[in-house]
Amino acid sequence: MINQQSPFIQKAASVTNIMLMVILALVPGLIFYVYFFGVGVLLNVFVASLTALIAEYFVLKMRKLPPKVYLSDGSALVAAWLLALSIPSIAPWWIIVVGTLFTIVIAKHFYGGLGSNIFNPAMIGYAVLLISFPAIMTKWPSPIENSLSIESIRQALQVFFYGLTQVGDGLTSATPLDYIKTELLQGQILPDITIRNVGLATILTSNQIISLAYLLGGIVLLHKKIISWHLPITYLLSLSFISGLFHLIDPNNYSTISFHLLNGGTMLCAFFIITDPVSGPTTPKGKIWFAFMVAILVYVIRVFGGYPEGIAFAVIFMNICVPLIDNLTQPKVFGHG
Amino acid sequence: MNIIDTIFKFNGGIKADTKKSVSTVRPIKKIKMPKQLILPLRQHVGKVAKLKVNIGEKVLKGQLLAEADGNVSAAIHAPTSGTVASLEKQLIPHPSGLPDYCVTLIPDGKDTWVEKKPINWKKIDRKETIKKISESGIVGLGGATFPTHLKLNNNNEVKTLIVNAAECEPYITCDDMLMREKSAELIEGIRLALHLLGAQNAIIGIEDNKPEAIEKLALLIKNDANISIKIVPTIYPSGDAKRLIYLITGIQIAKGKRSTEYGMQMFNVATIIALYKFIHCGEPSITRIITITGKVRTPNNYEVLFGTPLSDLIIDAGGKASQNGSFIMGGPMMGYKLPSVNVPVTKAMNCVIDAEPEMIENNNPVLPCIRCAKCAEACPVNLQPQELFWFSQSNQFEKAENYNLFDCIECGCCSYVCPSNIPLVQYYRYAKSEIISDRYAKEEADIARERNDFRLERLQREKEERAKKIAERKANTSSDEKSKVIDEKRKAITEALERVKQEGVSEKND
Amino acid sequence: MLTSVLVVLFLALLIGSILGFSSIKFKVDGDPIIDKIDSILPQTQCGQCSYPGCKPYATAIAKGEADINQCPPGGEDGVRKLAELMGVEYKPLNEEHGAIKPKSIAIIDEDTCIGCTLCIQACPVDAILGSAKHMHTIIEKECTGCELCLPPCPVDCIDMIAIQENTENWKWKYPVFNIKNQKQRVSH
Repeated sequence: MINQQSPFIQKAASVTNIMLMVILALVPGLIFYVYFFGVGVLLNVFVASLTALIAEYFVLKMRKLPPKVYLSDGSALVAAWLLALSIPSIAPWWIIVVGTLFTIVIAKHFYGGLGSNIFNPAMIGYAVLLISFPAIMTKWPSPIENSLSIESIRQALQVFFYGLTQVGDGLTSATPLDYIKTELLQGQILPDITIRNVGLATILTSNQIISLAYLLGGIVLLHKKIISWHLPITYLLSLSFISGLFHLIDPNNYSTISFHLLNGGTMLCAFFIITDPVSGPTTPKGKIWFAFMVAILVYVIRVFGGYPEGIAFAVIFMNICVPLIDNLTQPKVFGHG
Repeated sequence: MNIIDTIFKFNGGIKADTKKSVSTVRPIKKIKMPKQLILPLRQHVGKVAKLKVNIGEKVLKGQLLAEADGNVSAAIHAPTSGTVASLEKQLIPHPSGLPDYCVTLIPDGKDTWVEKKPINWKKIDRKETIKKISESGIVGLGGATFPTHLKLNNNNEVKTLIVNAAECEPYITCDDMLMREKSAELIEGIRLALHLLGAQNAIIGIEDNKPEAIEKLALLIKNDANISIKIVPTIYPSGDAKRLIYLITGIQIAKGKRSTEYGMQMFNVATIIALYKFIHCGEPSITRIITITGKVRTPNNYEVLFGTPLSDLIIDAGGKASQNGSFIMGGPMMGYKLPSVNVPVTKAMNCVIDAEPEMIENNNPVLPCIRCAKCAEACPVNLQPQELFWFSQSNQFEKAENYNLFDCIECGCCSYVCPSNIPLVQYYRYAKSEIISDRYAKEEADIARERNDFRLERLQREKEERAKKIAERKANTSSDEKSKVIDEKRKAITEALERVKQEGVSEKND
Repeated sequence: MLTSVLVVLFLALLIGSILGFSSIKFKVDGDPIIDKIDSILPQTQCGQCSYPGCKPYATAIAKGEADINQCPPGGEDGVRKLAELMGVEYKPLNEEHGAIKPKSIAIIDEDTCIGCTLCIQACPVDAILGSAKHMHTIIEKECTGCELCLPPCPVDCIDMIAIQENTENWKWKYPVFNIKNQKQRVSH
């Protein structure tokens, strides 16, 4: 009895399509991730997806909502993928499970489920893991050669099931963001750090390529008009602006624009995280403000804060501000002043 | 004369599959005289027309059946000659599906006209002409059915006449076909309307998907400097009055203002042709062009008499006139489902779609709003439909009004693009309905309060007056002899009463 | 010791004077509460609340003598609005004061009416026209449906007619679809 009133025609668009497109756009990034860091991330994505779907199913049952309809919307999958891609690929299985459960059950459904969660569920899951298990959550893999060799896969499985302690810390290395931050804190200056550390060069490259792959996926989403340009473009421009400004003032202590754009989760954040419609602003101006503020906060946390990466906290903080932003940025209605 | 593509663009709008070409392949058709004509007494915005004939009376084609009740109303004329059979409640094309008062006319088949009285508009005063038009029964034939004489008669100086030929809704082609077949009448009508409005120039706003009509009109206005054509892109809802004015002139008509305050007035092409027919031929508004399209075998445009049963048209177009309720009146974006196929053609009926089942029964599940703001991107009024939805569905009407609910034109673009399949416009219609009825109830309550206060005041006054009179009388008589007389009388009465009592008692004792 | 006491005193004075000043400067002249309550009441003037009219009931609510759930014509919606205004919990309508009925108006059967004027005296909004010995009619637009004219009529010639839905007062309905059983609905 829905369509007893006009309009009687509809565009062929659905939440499922949107979510599927987002997942597809993540695939290039995922492929390069596997290529450089091994199959660990695939295991993460797989377990996160499985956990998310099962958790979603049971919560929907409990909330007496039709699981078939809601599971097929794909929103749980997207949250699971984003979480899995945000956490280190050498994390043990239970980290993924705990994080995903938190994401789906608490950050999503406790707040009312699809459409009602005020925070980005994946970022809540990530923040909870980061605060609860800082040791695991800050150990990132070093790039491996022949990531698809049987030996690498065996190692990845071992890490996945038994954790790093069984295998040893040889697999880990600091992320570029982390490494530079630590060195800077010890009084080093940037030109020296980059010259001294040869390994950094290769890590930069692998991270950069993954970032570029995310960028590619993002451009597809933009092209398909699944996300509006306001968020990613403003975010990247703002981050470029602030990092460029500091770099110009003091090149010895502040990294370059490209370093900030291509390291950490910048691209993932720009195209996949802040573009979550549910927890983000809806007005065009509001999107610009939101993205701008996230970029500033990310930079501040990265450079001046205690954590090497600040996306989750910046996004969560700005999620709180969304109602205010929306309220203050109402567009001018046709024929009004 | 000039033809220009417009440069202004409103926010959003949609590009839907127009499905127009199916109904433009054949010329406008007429059907044979129906067995009976059913004429609702309200086919316009405003008061119900007042019946002027008796049941059983024989009437001629074009004779007045019901006259306009006051200024905001429109007359109804007999579409053919015949006998007035009844006045009763019958099903009418209305979204409620409720019946309303209709006159039934049985045609005699002769189709005899009353004496036609064309008006020599160039000779007589234009106020006089407009007064005559108020008896013509002409209303806006684009679907809004606002009495036309009101739009001609206004206090603001009108410089520009804008002719709405956009016809932006999918499926509908009646204006397109009318322009193709009656372009000369249209141009003459525009000249007439310019004169009646006292306007200098006319702009025809037409969507770029009607090349044939554009060509025909362009040829006719080649040597006329006062009439021009502006071609607007095919983006629904370009035919909405305020949107079309913006597309053409770049002026946004402010909320609550009329276009005449900006020196502009807008008429639909069909309305202009109706005006032309009334003035030049003396024919009142008794026919219109209607598109019958959709599932029917031969989608077509018909020139029909008002009151013709819709089923006759559906059958002629090769459709099944079963009562399955799958007929949509108007376009698919803003039309409504007809309660039955047994309703008459009215002045508002520009198109009837024999709908595919999936148009009526949408099986996609309704999901929660994910705030993707696709609706806001599509909203031609630049509203925030997702906020309006939120407040309407939770009955927070005041907040919905603060978010300019009443600026919503119910064009349906938001519902069209919604990935969650939320019937957004239905919520807005509901909220608007509720707010309007609340307002009405409030007005009624205010009247009741006033009258109650007045009554209480009156009672109080009467009481005081009575008290005053008594007091006065007392004051006047106490010192007088009169008071003595009264006192004596009272005494006499009390004595008499007591006597009666005692007698009564003694009688009982007996 | 003394300084701190003085500082605290000074602060107290300062803040106090700011508060006092702003309370005078920014004083809001709102409607008196009785008028606000009265504007929510439906003005039927029926007296079902056991007060002689809407205004007296409003006064009683404002004074705290009457409860907010005594007005059947106002319906659940009215109670809800009153609860919000008075800052109290919503409570269902008190059935002692009558049940909710659809809005009706009184119609006088003009053949039976003897023109006694009793109903005219009873009508709280002067919505009945007529004079002694002449039959009366009701001004439909102004009738509030209070039913106060029914008891005094000696010949029972007044009927309450519920207002029917027609094309003029018809309203768009709340969109109905069952989100929880959508699959079932489709299969029908």
